[in-house]
Amino acid sequence: MNKELIIENFKKNFKSDILEIAEKNQRRIIIRIRSESILSIAAWLYKEAGFRFIIATALHTKKGFEIHYHFSLDSLGLILNIHVILDKVNPEIESLSNMFNASNWIEREMHELFGINFLNHPNQEKLISEGNWAEGVYPYRKEFKSDEVKR
Amino acid sequence: MGFKSYCFKKSLWVFHFGGASCNNCDIEILDCLTPRHDLERFGILLVGSIRHADVLLVNGSINIRDKERLLEIYNQAPKPILVVAIGACGCTGGIFAEGYTFAGPVDKIVPVNAYIPGCPPKPEAIIAGIVKLVNNS
Amino acid sequence: MSKKTLIPIGPYHPLQEEPELFKLYCDGEIVKDIKWETGYNHRGIEKLSESKTYEQVFFLVERICGICSTSHPFAFANAVEELADIEITNRAKYIRSIIGELERIHSHLLWVGLAGHFLGYNTVFMWAWKYREPVLDLFEMISGNRNSYAMFKIGGVRRDIEESKIPVIQKVLGDVKKKTDLLVGAVMDDPVIHARTKGVGILTKQDIIDYGAVGPTARASGVAIDVRMDDPYAAYPLVNWKVISAEAGDVFAKAQVRLLEMYESISIINQCLEGLKKEKEGEITVKVKEIPEGIGNGRAEAPRGEVFHFVQSDGSNSPARHKIRAPSYVNIATFKKSCIGQTISDATLSLAAVDPCYCCTERMAVAYDVHSGEKIMNASELISKSAERTNELKKKFSI
Repeated sequence: MNKELIIENFKKNFKSDILEIAEKNQRRIIIRIRSESILSIAAWLYKEAGFRFIIATALHTKKGFEIHYHFSLDSLGLILNIHVILDKVNPEIESLSNMFNASNWIEREMHELFGINFLNHPNQEKLISEGNWAEGVYPYRKEFKSDEVKR
Repeated sequence: MGFKSYCFKKSLWVFHFGGASCNNCDIEILDCLTPRHDLERFGILLVGSIRHADVLLVNGSINIRDKERLLEIYNQAPKPILVVAIGACGCTGGIFAEGYTFAGPVDKIVPVNAYIPGCPPKPEAIIAGIVKLVNNS
Repeated sequence: MSKKTLIPIGPYHPLQEEPELFKLYCDGEIVKDIKWETGYNHRGIEKLSESKTYEQVFFLVERICGICSTSHPFAFANAVEELADIEITNRAKYIRSIIGELERIHSHLLWVGLAGHFLGYNTVFMWAWKYREPVLDLFEMISGNRNSYAMFKIGGVRRDIEESKIPVIQKVLGDVKKKTDLLVGAVMDDPVIHARTKGVGILTKQDIIDYGAVGPTARASGVAIDVRMDDPYAAYPLVNWKVISAEAGDVFAKAQVRLLEMYESISIINQCLEGLKKEKEGEITVKVKEIPEGIGNGRAEAPRGEVFHFVQSDGSNSPARHKIRAPSYVNIATFKKSCIGQTISDATLSLAAVDPCYCCTERMAVAYDVHSGEKIMNASELISKSAERTNELKKKFSI
């Protein structure tokens, strides 16, 4: 098992879903995919290839809402960043939390901070915002002003 | 010596309230009770309920959610109570004062009798602060 | 229908430094379900990071957590240096590893003390924290502060460890080793501690993989992952050491892993000190011109597990996006598996065994009665209940 073999298998299985691949170095790869294919790709990484889900990072940029899903293959020290770009107005994507518990909290957090909707999430309830800011307020969006939060 | 000063002279029972903090100050407060500094030999104890306390130690930058709870704890405290703000975060909010959930340093929420700055203040500084407070009260 | 009672642990009680609230739904003595509320510690650090320069961010991330104060700057430095393709000197690598391992020792001693307190062994608490003090003195000697050492910068470290300090460090480590032997003997051979911790709070290998748990929590269940070995950084590939793991997955295994790791840490530091003596002429920092556009993934092995930082740069002086994930974020979620089915007194212990660092996770929790809305037991009563159980066992073993 090495990096080249993993990338080869990935390309073979998901040829039509890959939009861009960039290899930063021996242990860091970024793959941009179509957001519709996140479930099948995450399932392959977790169940077939033995990757561990580290965390997901959401961003709000000029391109819209983006998410980087970070997966780690501990035997090689390899980190795969799966990058998706979501819609500017109504960002939504399938939840991974029905597949494994590791993404449950971070998807709830991304929902509270950015307003991204995770479809079919088992319990998309508040995690950190209760008492701190109201529903409908998304502190990490670019247009957020800190006086929107009452002290 | 007034009744209040007489009461606060020895064996202070302390209740610790940790706000949104990094925990350094909390650990240094606990350090005061461990064998090297050993404040328990003066009868100073950490208590589990505010209703038993003479001193309320507050540290951490208080966020919006903590604010109501700090007020409630202060209201439940038997008066007179001495409030001590510990650490840079307790005194002024420290490095987190610009955060969007910051609800004001401790003295904006409850009246404070003493400030012990530091990040974190060493146990020696905490002890010196408490001694100064007791001598002045 | 069985009546379920809700037992609170938290939010503000003497031994929990951060406000934390767990709702334990209990049927008699057995925990049936567990929920937790969080948000008391949320400070908006990731957003604050975007308004600071790269050098200022080090001071910010150090204060995410006081106990794992070095692990966050470590991971952040790894992320930015990867982004900008910066290679640091060997001398800087050794110093970084020394600080990281000293922190691991003080954090594990802290945990042993807290676990002792939760069990009702207050003597262990006092001893462990007393033997921690010389390690904090070392930090003060090297960096000027007992916590929050401010040793890291992009491209290296901010202060050197002079030749004259090396024998002092070696002597203190020798004492720590002897005291660790003492603690291991007192804790690992005690039949009451065996009775309280073996078979309690078990997490299976599958649980660990499902929750993505890391650190000693994972290593105690047979998942031997450790960032220092899997994705090496700093001086770890330059010295000899091994990953400690156990199979049982219970509280005893977690304690075992942490205690044995301290010996490895002492060995790593001694080898790094020898390395420093060889690299006498080395610089501790390299010149950094600018941080280009791009992304960096940095990770480090904190005492509690893998710390992960993601940094996106747009070529300016500040990070465009800085994501921080502390190990407790994934480890705390495993409470659902380790506490359900346990008795109330064992639940406190299972919670402590994961060594949760709530300030890293920016999370807190609280609990109250499900039927009447009143508190059934507060946190210090819960800890007393756990201590009562230990006393019962002591009588049983005639200790």
